Amino acid sequence: MRCGDFRESYAEDMSLFESPLPRVLLSGLLLFLLVLPQFATTYWLDVLNRICIAIIGAVGLNVVTGYTGLISLGTAAFLAVGGFATAAMAGKAGLPFVIVIPLSGLLTAMVGLVFGIPSLRLKGLYLAVATLAAHYIVEFTATHWDSMTGGVNGISIPPAQFAGLVLSDDRKMFYLIFPVTVGLLFFTKNLFRTKVGKAFVAIRDQDISAEVMGVNVFRYKLLSFAVSSFIVGVAGSLLAYQARIISPENFPITLAIDYLGMVIIGGLGSILGSIFGAIFITLLPEMLRLGTDALSNQWPALMQLVAPLKAGVFGLVVILFLIFEPDGMAARWNHIKAYWKLYPFSY
Amino acid sequence: MPLLRVNNLILHFRGVTALSDVSFEVRRGSLHAVIGPNGAGKTSLLNCISGVYRPQRGSVHFDGADVTKLSPAHRTKMGVARTFQNIALFRGMTVLDNLLIGRHVHQHEGVLSGGIYYGKARAEEIAHREVVEDIIDFLEIQHIRKKVVGTLAYGLQKRVELARALALEPRLLLLDEPMAGMNAEEKEDMARFILDINEDRGTTMIMIEHDMGVVMDVSHRVTVLSFGEKIADGTPEEVQGDPAVQEAYLGQVQG
Repeated sequence: MRCGDFRESYAEDMSLFESPLPRVLLSGLLLFLLVLPQFATTYWLDVLNRICIAIIGAVGLNVVTGYTGLISLGTAAFLAVGGFATAAMAGKAGLPFVIVIPLSGLLTAMVGLVFGIPSLRLKGLYLAVATLAAHYIVEFTATHWDSMTGGVNGISIPPAQFAGLVLSDDRKMFYLIFPVTVGLLFFTKNLFRTKVGKAFVAIRDQDISAEVMGVNVFRYKLLSFAVSSFIVGVAGSLLAYQARIISPENFPITLAIDYLGMVIIGGLGSILGSIFGAIFITLLPEMLRLGTDALSNQWPALMQLVAPLKAGVFGLVVILFLIFEPDGMAARWNHIKAYWKLYPFSY
Repeated sequence: MPLLRVNNLILHFRGVTALSDVSFEVRRGSLHAVIGPNGAGKTSLLNCISGVYRPQRGSVHFDGADVTKLSPAHRTKMGVARTFQNIALFRGMTVLDNLLIGRHVHQHEGVLSGGIYYGKARAEEIAHREVVEDIIDFLEIQHIRKKVVGTLAYGLQKRVELARALALEPRLLLLDEPMAGMNAEEKEDMARFILDINEDRGTTMIMIEHDMGVVMDVSHRVTVLSFGEKIADGTPEEVQGDPAVQEAYLGQVQG
């Protein structure tokens, strides 16, 4: 049991870490993740990179849906905008990734701003349908603007490069994706302990009284869309760099649903929840495949069931979470933490 | 010059008249009560003053400026704060964060500096935390500052809502039934806080309240509404003796 928990200044009280221990543990974890690629196989490197990208996307979606309370089905569309922007800037213009990634994010933020305008009047399901429209507009544009996006055939992206440095394989890509992920995680975590982030949460909880407290609700809703789509756009950009070839088919509406699943399973309005949810949903099909591979000797028919199994398990997990832990894995994590904090005297 | 002047306010919702031709003034530093039977238009009046409703006719002047057409957020920046009849706190946030939202209009950090945090944003957060902590001490809610508001008892939520309004450092504070649903002890506490805010901080207040004992004890002036019309205005004693007020509350004397 931890004791002597006191603070001497507001700065200390507002710190991200409750005590030195989590700080040390987190540093250890980050260090471990930094050396991990040296021992991972190509397959697991690919999974690791996809997890990181999913984390960024889930955090981005959580900003607008979990923290501001605006349901968005536009995640796949915003990923696509970021991805195709990267394809254009890196492929056609040959720009280095240090410029391409932030510019892709900014461009997506602008698109997000436009699609956020209906949030002035619409809430809840109605807004969700409006963002669904956004999804199909982007999909239509991506499919038909052949000169820019390559249409249905897709477009290839050269490896990420900057000043002679070429990130040609998954191992090298990890050292780009991972720091960006960690950086964005800290950025959003900080955002929600300062003015703007709190205004987002206020709008989610009580938009009328937020307005009366002097929060310009429309402006902050748009800002939330912009910040969210910037982050999702960065994820899309990294996705394009990692996949090396993208087409509109990579961004179906089910991808947006997957991301909603991540933030619901992980925990709405929680950065940690986004991380848990992204890891869970990305690993789910991999685990299913490993499982069916192991069993395929006895039941070869299982191999054909991987895809439907994924959809079934995904649906089941979402339903079970909604029933038993509507606040997501992050809430469960906090319960466990609270339990150990008081262990062995839980009363 | 009075801090607030309401001129000939008319507000109706599709034929239902909520306010008809209401005018009154609130002096600086005054604790002004608005009373009246249910459905008299008290909350509608408060909503017109805070900007949640736009009256069809008439005007609201705050500190000499016509604010009739300004948004609630704009009026908040000018120094009008309010609480709600049925508590409208941010239920998922802690008490501390609720109060810090009260500092929103006084803060200037943006997305970038907030996300980077270290440096300017942190200094600003600490400065505003200090203001908020003063209010927490003032209203004696230190023990719940890290509690999520939705988990608190009703009486405490009322107090937190008052604290949030105070965090705005308003010049005019609108209280919509601050003591509704409280027991005698909680009412006494709340009355003490209201008097302290008025006297120590010099905040002008408009308070809607049904408890006549409290109204007569604490307020400097009383405005009485009935069916959307102002029927009396004056000191508590004057209003108490007014036959129109007695009629509105007790019905017409037969005979």
